[in-house]
Amino acid sequence: MYSRIEVFFKNEFPDPLGNTIRSEIETFGFPGVASVRVHQVYIIFGNVSKHDLDTIARKLFVDTVTQHYQYNGDTVSHRGVSDRSPFHIIEISRKPGVMDPAELSILKALGDIGIHVDGIKTAQKYIINGNLSRETIQTIATRVLANTKIEDVFVYPEMPDYNHGNIHYTFKKNFVPLLDADNAQMEEISRLGQLSLNLQEMQAIQGYYRSLKREPTDVELETIAQTWSEHCIHKTLKGIIDFNGNRIDNLLRNTIMKVTEELNKPWCVSVFKDNAGIIQFDDCYNICFKVETHNHPSAIEPYGGANTGVGGVIRDIMGTGLGGKPILNTDIFCFGLPDTPFDKIPKGVLHPKRIMKGVVAGVRDYGNRMGIPTSNGAVFFDERYIGNPLVFCGTVGIIPKNKCQKEARPDDLIIVVGGRTGRDGIHGATFSSVELHDRSEQISGGAVQIGNAITEKALLDTLLQARDKGLYTCITDCGAGGLSSAIGEMGEDLGAIVYLEKVPLKYEGLSYSEIWISESQERMVLAVPPEKESEILHLFKAENVEATVIGRFTRDKILRLMYNSQGVGEIEMNFLHKGIPRLERKAVWHRRVFEEPVLSEKEDYGFDVKKILSAWNVCSKEWIIRQYDHEVQGGSVLKPLQGIQNDGPGDACIITPVLGSRKGIIVSNGMNPRYGDIDPYHMAASAIDEALRQIIAVGGSLKQVALLDNFCWGNTNKPDRLGSLVMAAQACYDIALAYGTPFISGKDSLNNEFVTDKETIVIPPTLLISAISVMEDVRNAVSMDIKEPDNLIYLIGLTRAELGGSHYYHIHGYTGNNVPKVDVTLGMKIMNALSEATNQRIIRSCHDCSEGGLAVAAAEMAFAGGYGMLLNLSAIAIEGQIHRNDTLLFSESNTRFVVEVRPEHHQQFEALIKDIPYGMIGKVTGEPLLKINGLNNRLIVHENIYDLKEAWQSPLRW
Amino acid sequence: MTIPKVLILRTAGTNCDYETHYAFEKAGAKVDVIHINILLTNRKLLKNYQILALPGGFTYGDDVSAGKILANQIKYNLGEEITTFIHEKKLILGICNGFQVLTKANLLPAFNLSRNNSTQGEHQQEATLAFNDSNKFEARWVYLKICSHKSIFIHDEHIPAIYLPVAHGEGKFIVRDESVLHKITANHQIIFKYVNERGEEAGYPWNPNGSVQNIAGICDSTGQILGMMPHPERCVEPTQHPHWTRNGLKEREDGFLIFKNAVRYVKTNF
Repeated sequence: MYSRIEVFFKNEFPDPLGNTIRSEIETFGFPGVASVRVHQVYIIFGNVSKHDLDTIARKLFVDTVTQHYQYNGDTVSHRGVSDRSPFHIIEISRKPGVMDPAELSILKALGDIGIHVDGIKTAQKYIINGNLSRETIQTIATRVLANTKIEDVFVYPEMPDYNHGNIHYTFKKNFVPLLDADNAQMEEISRLGQLSLNLQEMQAIQGYYRSLKREPTDVELETIAQTWSEHCIHKTLKGIIDFNGNRIDNLLRNTIMKVTEELNKPWCVSVFKDNAGIIQFDDCYNICFKVETHNHPSAIEPYGGANTGVGGVIRDIMGTGLGGKPILNTDIFCFGLPDTPFDKIPKGVLHPKRIMKGVVAGVRDYGNRMGIPTSNGAVFFDERYIGNPLVFCGTVGIIPKNKCQKEARPDDLIIVVGGRTGRDGIHGATFSSVELHDRSEQISGGAVQIGNAITEKALLDTLLQARDKGLYTCITDCGAGGLSSAIGEMGEDLGAIVYLEKVPLKYEGLSYSEIWISESQERMVLAVPPEKESEILHLFKAENVEATVIGRFTRDKILRLMYNSQGVGEIEMNFLHKGIPRLERKAVWHRRVFEEPVLSEKEDYGFDVKKILSAWNVCSKEWIIRQYDHEVQGGSVLKPLQGIQNDGPGDACIITPVLGSRKGIIVSNGMNPRYGDIDPYHMAASAIDEALRQIIAVGGSLKQVALLDNFCWGNTNKPDRLGSLVMAAQACYDIALAYGTPFISGKDSLNNEFVTDKETIVIPPTLLISAISVMEDVRNAVSMDIKEPDNLIYLIGLTRAELGGSHYYHIHGYTGNNVPKVDVTLGMKIMNALSEATNQRIIRSCHDCSEGGLAVAAAEMAFAGGYGMLLNLSAIAIEGQIHRNDTLLFSESNTRFVVEVRPEHHQQFEALIKDIPYGMIGKVTGEPLLKINGLNNRLIVHENIYDLKEAWQSPLRW
Repeated sequence: MTIPKVLILRTAGTNCDYETHYAFEKAGAKVDVIHINILLTNRKLLKNYQILALPGGFTYGDDVSAGKILANQIKYNLGEEITTFIHEKKLILGICNGFQVLTKANLLPAFNLSRNNSTQGEHQQEATLAFNDSNKFEARWVYLKICSHKSIFIHDEHIPAIYLPVAHGEGKFIVRDESVLHKITANHQIIFKYVNERGEEAGYPWNPNGSVQNIAGICDSTGQILGMMPHPERCVEPTQHPHWTRNGLKEREDGFLIFKNAVRYVKTNF
C-alpha cells in the first residue's frame, strides 16, 4: 500500500518548470496551451499514519514560503487550474527499476526526522490548461514530456497504480546447448542472447567447451561476450586489416601507439594501459586524461545517456592508478540539425533538438553535482548524425605521483563500493557495438540508465581518503560489462572467486547472471588486503557509502562464480582474455570527387560573414556553456567565454589544478568531419593541427602536449568505412610524430549507422582529437578578445586556396575538393615562434583560424573585445597566386593565427616571426566596425561588430 | 592572538570545500573540513571553532529542494549548538548551497537569534531561494553593490561594488510576505544586491535569477551570519578574474575581502 503527497506552487508564485514546459510544447509544434502547472508527487510506500504524512510534508517536502501540499487527495485534483478553461492531466513516473536519485536522499532525510517508510517513489503531474484533443495530449506526453523507454505515462482518466508486486528469483543453473550447435544455431544463440559475438568467435567458444566436454553456463557465455565486445577490446582496430592489398596487423599499434613509442617522452607516465593516460605535472602530482563516447545510450535516452557517460568517464579517472581526483570535464557533441522538420525525422528517432537539450541537461546535472568544472567543449551539427548522435565525455584528473601504479595481489578481498546493483544497463557493452535501427529502443531499452551523481561524489570523497591511507592495492570502475569486466580485468593474472549472492541489490529478483553483467552506475571494485578489511569498511560506513566484500583474488588463474554455494561459472582467465580469434577485415578507400563550385565574386561579403557566423557549427554555444559550472574548484584562468562581456569564444581553457600555484593545464579539442568527406587523412591531420594551435593560441607551447584520439565511424565491417578510418589513423601517426605530441589514450565507437526501411544513414567519419598540455606559468595566458585601439593585427601562417570542406562552400551548398592540408615543418616553426612571443608577454590577443577562416576569426575577436578592426587582404602571406577576395577571407588553411600586438612591441614581435610567413594586416580601431579592404583596395566587409555578434548569438539563444 | 579556526561542514554532494578552504587559509585561518556525521556524533566539536562555513554544492543532490535535507539535519539536531555559537559572537558563512541551507534552517534572516532563543528551528521559514526565473542553472559573473555594513564579513569595506561569479539553479531570493522585506530592509540585513556595471539595479541577466529587489546576500540580525549566492571563494587570486588578460594582474579583493574580514574579526575579538 502507498500514500501520495503532492507539492505545488502557491498561485501567487510563478511555476518556472511549468512555464518552461509550456514554451517547450509550443516549440514542438503544439500551440494552444495557456498554462502548465507541475505538481511534484511523492509516493510513500508502507503503512504511514495521516499524522506522519503531514509531518513529512511539512518538514521535508514543502517550501512553506512558496508551496502548498495535499496528500492522498484525488489523483486528478487540479488546484491551480482555472475551472472555466479545459485542462488535462498527465502523470509521469520512472518505470520500476529505473534509477531515481531522489529516492535515496529522501529515505535518508525521512530517517533524519524519525519516520520509517518502506519505500519512496517520485512522479510529476502536469496540469495542462488549453483546448487540446486527447490525442494531442497523448502526443505531448510521449514526445515532449516523457521518454517511454524509461518512464510510464498516465493520461487522465487513466489512473496510475504504483502497487508493483516484487519479482522473486528462483535459482536455476542454466546451460546453453552449444557443443552440438551448427553455425546457424550458434549465430541464433548470439543474436537471441544479444551477445554480439560473430560466428568465428562462437566457433572458438564452442571449441573451448568441447575441449572441456561440457556445455557453457549462461553466465560464462555472457562473461565471454562482454570481455570480447568491441567496446572492451577494440577488436577491429587491433585486428588484421587488408587495406588496398596491404596487410596491417594491429592498426592501433602501427599508428597511434607507435607515435608514443617512437617519441618516448620522459614525461609520459602511463599510456594505453590504465583507464586513462597519465603524464607528469609537477613535483607532487601527475595529470590523467580520458575521453569516452556514450553514443548509443544517448540516442535512445539523451538525458540518461549523457548523464551516465559523464559519470562513467569520471569513474575512469577515479579508477586510474590508485585513483585520480577529477578536476575538469570536456564534452563534445555531434547532433542532427536542430531545425530539422518533424516529417524528416526517421521513425524511432528523437528530434535532434530534443536530443541536444537532453544531452546538455544530462552533462550539466552530473558535472555540476560532482563539482567538476566543465570548461571545454564543442558541438558539431550535420544531418547525418540524426540517428546516431555522438556524445564524447572527457575528464582530467590529478593524482599524486606515488599513486599511479596498482596491482591486485592473491588473497586480496574483492570489495564492491558505491551504488547498488539493479537490472539497469544489461548488455551495454554489446549494445554499444551494434547498428541502431527503428526498433532498437524496444530491444535495448534495458541498456539505458540514469546516473546518481551524489552517490558518485560521496564515493569519490571516501575513495580519496582510502587511497591516501593505503587501504587498497588495486581499483577499477564498473563500466561496460559491469562486475564481469571489472573483476575479469583486475584478476587477469591472478584468478578470482566471486560470491554473487553477496552483491548488494537495489531490489529482489535478479538472477546470478544479471548481477554479474549489470551495468548499474556509480560502482567500483577494490582489491583490499585482508588486514585492511575492517578499516576500509569502517571508513566507507562513516561516509554513508556502501562497501561489501564479494569475493577474493586467487592464484590459479581461474574465474570462479558462485551463487549460494553453487558453482555457476568457471572460466580460465587465459581463454577469457586471450582466446578471442583475431578479426580480419578488408578496407578500401577511393577519393570521391565533389563538384567544384564556381561562385561569382561579390563587392561585399558582409552577408556571407554573417551567414557563416550564424551557421550551427560556428554560432555561439553560450546557451550550453552557461548551464555548466565552469568556475567550481576555483582554478579557472582562461574561461570558455572571454572578452569584455564574457561572451567571446575562447580557443582552449586553462586551469590551475593546485590553487596558489602558477602551474596550469591547457585543454583543447579539434574535429572537422566535413573534411573527412573529401579526405579522411587530411581531416585527421587538420584535427590535430586545430587542437594544437588552440593550445598555442592561449599561450601554451608544444613542449609537453599529449593527445587523445576518439574514432567514431560507421560500420567498419564495410570496407569503405574501414578504409577511411585507416587513412585517418595514418595521418595521426604522421602528424603527431612530426609535432612531437604523443597519444596517451584513446577510444573508438564503430557501427554508428542507422537503418530505416528506406536507407542506411552513416555518420561522417568523426575523429575527435583532444589535447592536454602542462603550462609552466599561467600568467602567460592569452585570451582571444582584442584589447586596445591602435594595436597591430597580424595574420601568422600561410594562406592557401583551401576552401574544400569549408564553411564558405557549405553555406553555398558545396563541398569542393581542395581540403586544407598540414605542413608540419612550417607548422612547427610557426607554433614555436608564437610560443616564444607569448612567453615574452607581447601578444595582447590571439585566435586561431578555423571554421570560417580569417573573416570569422577577426569578427569574433572584434566583438569579444568591443572594438573594431581595419584589415587589408593584400597584406596576407599567401602560397602561389590567390586573386580572389573570398578565398582570402574564408580559406581554412591550417596553422594560422590572428594576433594582436601593441605598436611598441612590433619590432620585438617581428624579430621572433621573421622566418615564418606573416602579414601585418591591419589594426584595432576604436569605432565598432569590422572593415576589410579587398585586393582591389575597396571595402569588401563593412559591418558593425554588434550586428556580427547578433548574427553569431541568435541561432542558439534558446 | 588566536589563530582563527574554521570548520567547513561537508556532506554528500558538498563540492566547493577545496576552494573555500584555500580562501580561508590564504586569509590566515586554520581550516578543518568535517563531515556532518562526525559533527552529529560529537556536537561539542563546534566549540573548537570560531567560524563555521557551509560551502557550495548540491548537498544530497538538492533532492526535494536545494539545501533542504542538510538544513533539516542542522535544524533538528544542532539548533542548540548553533545558537550558542552565535551567542559567543562567532561567525557563520553560507555560500550558494550554504545560503540555501541557512535560509531553510531558519538561520537567515533570523530576526531573533540575538535573544536567548534556541527554538529558532520551529519558527516559520521567512524566506527561501527558489528556482531561477529562467528555470536553468546558470554560471555567470555578476556585479554586487554593497548595501549595508552590518555584516562582519564586509564590515570595513568602502568599495561600492564587487565582481563575483554565480553558479546556481535555485537562487531566486523571495520572502514569505512584505513584512519580512520591510524588516530586513529596516534592519540593514540586505548586504548585496545585483547591479549592472554602472552600479544600477537592472533586470536579467545582471540579476541572474529574478531575486526580489535584486537581493544576492543577506545577514542575520546580529551581523554574524552571512548568506550569499555568489561565490567569493572563486575570486581570491588575480588569475581567477575574467578580465585579467585585459586589465592586468591585480590582487583582487572582490571575493577575498569576505574571508579577510572574518579572519581579522576573530583575531581581534578572540
